[in-house]
Amino acid sequence: MASEPAHATPAPGTSQAQVLGRLSRLPWWLILMLLAGVFLTYQIVNDDLYSFIFGKLRQGILTTVLVTVVAYLFAVLLGLIGGLGRVSKNPVLYNLATLYVQIIRGVPILVQIFYFAFVLVPALVGLLNWVGGLVDPQGALATFSNQDVPMIVRVVVALAFAYGGFEAETFRAGIESIGKGQMEAARSLGMSYVQAMRYVILPQAIRRILPPLGNDFVSMLKDSSLVSVLGVRDITQEARLYMAASFIYPPTLNMLAFLYLSMTLILSLAVKWIETRMGRYGH
Amino acid sequence: MDATPQPMIVIKNLTKHFGRVKAVDGVSLTVEAGKVMVIIGPSGSGKSTVLRCINHLEVPTGGEIWVDGIKLTHNRKDINAIRAEVGMVFQQFNLFPHLTALENITLAQRTVRKRSEADARRIALQQLERVGIPEKADVYPGQLSGGQQQRVAIARALAMNPKIMLFDEPTSALDPEMIKEVLDVMQDLARSGMTMVVVTHEMGFAKNAADEVVFMDHGVIVERCAPDEFFDNPREARTRQFLSQILR
Repeated sequence: MASEPAHATPAPGTSQAQVLGRLSRLPWWLILMLLAGVFLTYQIVNDDLYSFIFGKLRQGILTTVLVTVVAYLFAVLLGLIGGLGRVSKNPVLYNLATLYVQIIRGVPILVQIFYFAFVLVPALVGLLNWVGGLVDPQGALATFSNQDVPMIVRVVVALAFAYGGFEAETFRAGIESIGKGQMEAARSLGMSYVQAMRYVILPQAIRRILPPLGNDFVSMLKDSSLVSVLGVRDITQEARLYMAASFIYPPTLNMLAFLYLSMTLILSLAVKWIETRMGRYGH
Repeated sequence: MDATPQPMIVIKNLTKHFGRVKAVDGVSLTVEAGKVMVIIGPSGSGKSTVLRCINHLEVPTGGEIWVDGIKLTHNRKDINAIRAEVGMVFQQFNLFPHLTALENITLAQRTVRKRSEADARRIALQQLERVGIPEKADVYPGQLSGGQQQRVAIARALAMNPKIMLFDEPTSALDPEMIKEVLDVMQDLARSGMTMVVVTHEMGFAKNAADEVVFMDHGVIVERCAPDEFFDNPREARTRQFLSQILR
């Protein structure tokens, strides 16, 4: 059978090279990923172990999604503020924003999370209590403790600040990519700097930076797995807990990777859809 | 009304340095209300810089500028107030690409003049009519020709009811067949009594519409006179040399 010539039954106008060319253009990576997805879905439905693990990890999905969305929204807000500071002619704003960006870019996110959770939060709590003590010497106000700040809050804020530093540079690049003439035209009509930014520069800049902003949303979903180092029970933490108790590694990690992959794929498609909708001017 | 009208623009000994380059080196000018002044000169002569100093897009190094009796200082409120009275048209049009032609014209009316949406819209449509393209109100700049874009830019400036219009080489970025439609709009505007300062290479416009022609070179004014005199009987050798190069 193998010795049979490839062009034994040629369709009209089709040669072996054309068939090979067409085959090589197929998105094999996608087909393989879909097959893996089908296989794992089949396992979840039919295999008791897989369905048990899925049930465990499922409890963390809401946390993963919540951490991702909330941290990302704050990161974009911080990025907008930081980016405006980076292009500001006010030396105080410029230097504050640049200091923020440089610190964020130079320290690993994991270290930032530890630092925020175990250095900045206790320092803030101490400061609050000190101020409370000043206001009310009886000490009725000085009752905060570190436990009052849940780990999920610390980690969300830390992730927001970490990503905010990168988004600041994205916003800066977007704003600077809009020609100088746009600002001049707006100002020559009597608009203030703030009005020109709000109505002329930012609407154009944001359309331009949608692709990197979207990519960072997907990255945030992946980096949300870092919350597990503080014991926050996202899907990664659920998987770690299960593995620590059962020593069942491959199916657990298969399931964990599969969950992330499906979520990032869905997110990428959503981001692409938004980009094509918002990326053009009207028409 | 005074027998001698108050000048709309007074420039006294204006200088502007970019680093070590003296782009404008001691220029004094007066533009009376309702007059059209055309500034010509070779590139790098400082003519655009003078224009951009009038609405403070460039901050002067030295000298004084009065617009409609108000002295230009660093006070931001004053500058925004003066800019609203001084319309500017750029070589590259600088329309806002994310807004339709109509929205381009209503934006500053709404945010600076605080007009209602209905008023701003009515005025915008009037101005589009005036520049001859009312049918393009809902079109985005990217779908307009260069000449149409520049006419929208003129309408955008006029909708603010400016007392002065500045034109910075308004036809230099246009294809030849589109220059006339923009110049026609400018001629109409000149006839309507608008105070205009125009930096241009269009000698035809200077001849037909200018009350006064200023020739600049190397940051200083070489010659300043009526257009007839300028083109027929220039006094300075440098002017004659420039004219012989561009008028063939």
